[in-house]
Amino acid sequence: MSTHDTAAPPAKEGGAAPGRPPAAPVDAEARRRARLSRRWQRDIRWSPYAFVSPFFLLFLAFGLFPLIYTGWASLHQVEMTAPTDMNWVGLRNYTRIFDDDFFWNAARNTLTIGVISTVPQLLMAMGLAHILNYRLRASTFYRVAMLAPYATSIAAASLVFVLLFGRDYGMINWALDAVGVSPVDWQNDKWPSQIAVSTIIIWRWTGYNALIYLAAMQAIPQDLYESAALDGASRWQQFFHVTLPSLRPTILFTVVVSTIGASQVFGEPLLFDANKGASGGAEHQFQTLGLYLYEQGWINQHLGRASAIAWTMFLILIVIGIVNYVISRRLRASS
Amino acid sequence: MRARTRTARRVVVLAAVASLGAGLLAGCADDGGDDSSNGSSGDGKGKTTITLGLFGTFGFKEAGLYAEYEKLNPNIKIAENVTERNENYYPALVNHLTTNSGLQDIQAVEVGNIAEVVATQANKFQDLSKVSGVKKSDWLDWKWAQATTQDGKTIGFGTDVGPMAICYRKDLFEAAGLPTDRTEVGKLWAGDWAKFVDVGEQYKAKAPKGTTFADSPGGLLSAILGSESERFYDSSGKVIYKTNPAVKAAFDLTAKAAQEGLVGNQTQFQPAWDTTIANSKFAAMACPPWMLGYIKGKSKPESAGKWDVAVAPKSANWGGSFLAVPSSGKNVKEAEKLAAWLTAPAQQAKLFKVQGSFPSAPGTYTLPEVTGAKNEMTGDAPIGTIFAEAAKAAPVQVIGPKDQIIGQGLADNGVILVTKGKSPEDAWETATKTIDNNLDK
Repeated sequence: MSTHDTAAPPAKEGGAAPGRPPAAPVDAEARRRARLSRRWQRDIRWSPYAFVSPFFLLFLAFGLFPLIYTGWASLHQVEMTAPTDMNWVGLRNYTRIFDDDFFWNAARNTLTIGVISTVPQLLMAMGLAHILNYRLRASTFYRVAMLAPYATSIAAASLVFVLLFGRDYGMINWALDAVGVSPVDWQNDKWPSQIAVSTIIIWRWTGYNALIYLAAMQAIPQDLYESAALDGASRWQQFFHVTLPSLRPTILFTVVVSTIGASQVFGEPLLFDANKGASGGAEHQFQTLGLYLYEQGWINQHLGRASAIAWTMFLILIVIGIVNYVISRRLRASS
Repeated sequence: MRARTRTARRVVVLAAVASLGAGLLAGCADDGGDDSSNGSSGDGKGKTTITLGLFGTFGFKEAGLYAEYEKLNPNIKIAENVTERNENYYPALVNHLTTNSGLQDIQAVEVGNIAEVVATQANKFQDLSKVSGVKKSDWLDWKWAQATTQDGKTIGFGTDVGPMAICYRKDLFEAAGLPTDRTEVGKLWAGDWAKFVDVGEQYKAKAPKGTTFADSPGGLLSAILGSESERFYDSSGKVIYKTNPAVKAAFDLTAKAAQEGLVGNQTQFQPAWDTTIANSKFAAMACPPWMLGYIKGKSKPESAGKWDVAVAPKSANWGGSFLAVPSSGKNVKEAEKLAAWLTAPAQQAKLFKVQGSFPSAPGTYTLPEVTGAKNEMTGDAPIGTIFAEAAKAAPVQVIGPKDQIIGQGLADNGVILVTKGKSPEDAWETATKTIDNNLDK
C-alpha cells in the first residue's frame, strides 16, 4: 500500500532517512505521500530516543540527580530531620575526613576484608571450575548447586552465619571445641570477625566466579589439550600452561568485578554485628566504608557528612578503576 | 494495513514511554498517603476514615477499641497502617514530615524519638493540650512533660509507659542462698544500685555453675541511668553526658560488675542473649511490664512461674509511646478526638488487660484491671501494683534528641568491652570517642 513499509532504502546523501520524493506532483496522492514521508522522517529521527529514554529517565532520577544532590549536600551541614535546612560549610566535611580515625579505620577494614575475601574466593573458584570442567556425572546439578548461594538473600545467609559463628552457642566454636581448640570470639576480636565476614562473602560469590571460569574454560579449544597431552604434559602442566594463559582476560574481569564488589561490602558486616548497629562491632573492628556511610547518614542523620563520605568513596573507586585499567593494559601488552 | 499497525505500535510504545516517565516523576512527588485520600472524600457512605500510622504492636485493634469507637461514632471509620519495627518506622516518619506527604491522620512516636520530634518537628503537629475534654492530670506528670515543648505545646498523648522493676529467678536465688520473697529481695537493694551490685557479689559466691547475677552490662547500665533525672542532656538542652558525674558513676558501677563477672557478656535483644534467657543463665534483670512478654517468648515452658518481680533499687521508666496529630492531615479535628479517646484512662485500662501495655494514666492504677493483673511467668506476683508504684515514683527525666545514640554508644561501644577484657578506662575512651563522632554534625 505504501512505499515505506519495507526497510528504508539508503538515502542518496548518505543519511539514514529516505530523501524527499523528487519534483512533487501536485495531487492528493503525492501530498499524502509527502505527509507520510515527513512522519517517517520524524519517526526515524525521534523513535530511537524514545526507545532508549526509559534508561535515561531512570538514570536521571536515580543516578544523576542523587549524584549531583549528594555533591551539593556534601558542602553543607545538613541533618535528615530538616533536609531543606542547609548550612554552607564549604569543604569542611571533606577536610575532616583526613583526621577522622573512624573513616580510615573503615577504609583499612574494607581493604583487609576485600583481600581476605577476594583472593581465596577466586582461587577456590578456579579450582572448582577446573574440577567441573572434567567429564562428570550430574554436572548440571553441580553447576546449579554452585549458584545456589548467589541466589540466596544476603540477609538470610548472614543471619545463619551469625548463628554459626556465635561465641557461646555457635556451631563452629562447638566443632572447634570438639577437636580441642579453645573457642574463638568471632564477633568481637578483630581478625576473627573479619575472617567471619569474609567467609560470608566467599560463600556467596565463589560459585558465581567458578561458573564464569568454567564458561571460559569450555571455550578453550580441545586440540590444545590434545597436543599438550601428545607432548607428554601432565594434567597439572596442562592446567598451568594451557588453561591459565587462556583464561587471562576472564581472570582480569573477575578481579575487577570482585574488587569493586569488595570496596562496597555492606550487607554482610551490617548483619553480622552483634549489637545490630552499623558500627561494625563494639570497637568498629569490621566496619567497612559502606557501613560507616550508612551509620553517619541513616543512624546519626548527618546527611552532609554522609554525602562527603560517599563522594570520597566514589573518588577512591575511580582510583581503583584506573589502577585496574593500567594493570590490565600491562598484562595484555605482555601477553 | 501494515503501516497502520506500525503506527499503532508506535503510539503504544510512545504511550508506554510517556507513562513510564510520568510514573517516575509521580513516584518522586508522592509516596503513600493513598489511604488517607480515600478518607477525605469519604467512602461513598458519607463516612470519614481516620488513619493511624503505628509501629510494632499497639493492640488498639486487638483490644477492640476501633470497633467500639466506630460504634460510638457511626460516621467514622478507622484504618491503621502498621510498620513492624520502629527502626524502619521512625526514619520514614521524619521523611514524611519534612516533605509533608504520606502522613497518616495520627502518627505514633516512640519515647526514644519523642525529644527529637518535640525539638525539631513540633511546628508540624497540633497542640493536643487544647483538645476539649483533655485533662493534663489524667497522665503521669513526666509522661505529659516528655511530649511538651519548652513553650508549653503538647504534641503527643501518652499511650503506655515502661515502669521498671527487677525480675528475678526464685530458683536461682534460692540456690545461691539469697532470700526469695519479693519484699525481702526488694529490701536487699532498696535505694541504691550499688547495693544491687553487692547482692550480685553475694550471688556469685554461691552461684549455680554457669550462671551470672544479671543479664547484660547494657541492661544494667540503662537501668541505672533510667533512674537519673538528668543524664545525657541538662534541662537547657546542652549535651552533658561526659561531664555528668551520674553518668560516669553509672558507667563505672556497671564496668565493675562486668569486670567481676556479675553480668553476662551479651548484648540485649540479640539471638545469643535470647539463648541465655532460654537456658536460665542469669538470675535477675531490669524489667518493665513489656519485658515479661519478651521473657515468656524466649523461655522454655518449664520456667513458667519461676520468676518473680521485686521493686527496683530506684524507680525508672523504660519505653512507652505517644500518639501525635500532624497539622497537615485532612481530618485534624476528628483525629484529635480519636487520639484523645484512645489514650483516655478507660481505654488504657482495657489495653493493659488485653495487651499488657502499662497505662500512663495513674487514674487506672486503682482499677481492678490493674490491681488484679497476674502473669504466667511470675505466678501470683501482683505485677499491677508493683509496676504502678514504680510508675508513680519514676523521675521526670530530661530527655534529649540524641539520647538513643548516646545510650547505645555507652552500652554497645563501652561497657560491653569490659566483658571482653578491656579496662573500664579504655572502654569509656572508646565509647565517648564513638559518641562524639556520632553527635558531631
